[in-house]
Amino acid sequence: MATDPELEIKRRSRRAFIALGAGAAAVVGGWKWLNRGMGGAADIPPALRGVLGFNETVVRNALYSNDHLVRTYPASSVGNIKVNGDDGLDVEADPADWRLEVVPYGKSQSSAKLTIDDIRGLPRYEQTIDFKCVEGWSTVTQFAGARLSEFTAQFAPGSEKAAYVGMQTPDAVGPGAGPDDDEGYYVGLDMPSALHPQSLLAYEMNGAPLTQGHGAPLRLVIPVKYGIKNIKRIGRIEYTDTRPADFWAKRGYDWYAGL
Amino acid sequence: MKVLDEKHRLATRWCHWINFPILSLMIYSGGLIYWGYDPYRVGLGGTTLFHLFPDWFYNLTGIGHQLAYGMALHFLFAWIFALNGIAYVIYTIVSGEWRELVPNGKSFGEALQVVKHDMGLNVPLPPQGRYNAAQRISYSGIVLMGGLSLLTGLAIYKPAQLHWLTALAGGYEWARWEHFWLTMGYLGFFLVHIGQVIKAGWSNFRSMVCGYDLTNVEGTHGD
Repeated sequence: MATDPELEIKRRSRRAFIALGAGAAAVVGGWKWLNRGMGGAADIPPALRGVLGFNETVVRNALYSNDHLVRTYPASSVGNIKVNGDDGLDVEADPADWRLEVVPYGKSQSSAKLTIDDIRGLPRYEQTIDFKCVEGWSTVTQFAGARLSEFTAQFAPGSEKAAYVGMQTPDAVGPGAGPDDDEGYYVGLDMPSALHPQSLLAYEMNGAPLTQGHGAPLRLVIPVKYGIKNIKRIGRIEYTDTRPADFWAKRGYDWYAGL
Repeated sequence: MKVLDEKHRLATRWCHWINFPILSLMIYSGGLIYWGYDPYRVGLGGTTLFHLFPDWFYNLTGIGHQLAYGMALHFLFAWIFALNGIAYVIYTIVSGEWRELVPNGKSFGEALQVVKHDMGLNVPLPPQGRYNAAQRISYSGIVLMGGLSLLTGLAIYKPAQLHWLTALAGGYEWARWEHFWLTMGYLGFFLVHIGQVIKAGWSNFRSMVCGYDLTNVEGTHGD
């Protein structure tokens, strides 16, 4: 044998351990690169935001279909869903005074101020679904209301062409500069999810009108998204090609938050 | 005389050493996510022996209050974890090395012998190839667990679009439970694995890095 095996393994070993060390350095460097621009606990670094967008594109092209319905349950299996947030619910809403502004696609002003009876005039759908919180818990809950797709066809015809739907609570004044100076609550939705047949503008929960804490008089129930997108007490709906700001996306969560 | 003996192929070593930091980051970011809702416990009936996790654990590790960050990390490293694992499985099948890895008819009996031997009982090690019977079972098991983590993870990630997969896992809540306990399984595996690596010594560890070890061969007519 030409080479001494003792020398040979030393040579191979030295080379391999240098490679392992270089790999470890690359992991540390990559981790620092990934986390650059981290603005604190309130948001995530831009590189990770990019990954969330990439994942959404993959899922949308490979998996998403409005024919994919979420599982429904018998009404008897509902649990006791908790009130998990009160942003946008500071003042009690009186259903008689409440109005819903609708800004159709291509318009800058609301075309209508609807009453709760206008919404109740649309075909009513009941569905018992597993409401999933981004925190990880879920509660089977029954909702009744109008389909957002049929609402759109009725009150903002043609707005299905918009890329997005933005919704906000009556007290929202648009997103503030930072998480601490927000007023109210607001969400952005991609149009395919908004037009999903199980996306409801709900006025009843578990057989009774919505309580104040659950968003009386009208809330969104969109079971193809996490709970953070299921905005309570909607005051304004806008159809737009500009991606609407989103309360929790601003706090580091995936803008799409799809399930 | 001593000769170089190839213990681990290049592809195996790459997949192993890529998996180590990536799985660590998956477990870390998984912990950040689990903090958001941490209902699991060890106990029987109404008696809880141990809640996963107690407050001191979150305080000690700094795993807490970073759900959004944890999710974003998890959904990045999941790609690398999955692609690396799939690459390893494909390599192992195509190269035929699965024959040395997957347990055979004798493995379960022999594994008991290995465990007894490792516990210090006066039991000889059974003859082995690249992996002994206990290694065949645990290394195949850990690869299988990786696949299950991937599937249960997808079942939690997209329960609407992959509703059939979520149903297969027993529903959304069961999928999360399975995903969690698989992770606890990795931590258990890791402890035993590190213990065994330390026990096996330096040349064994070196062979996982450089691929080779020195073996004594009898006779002098070797080349």
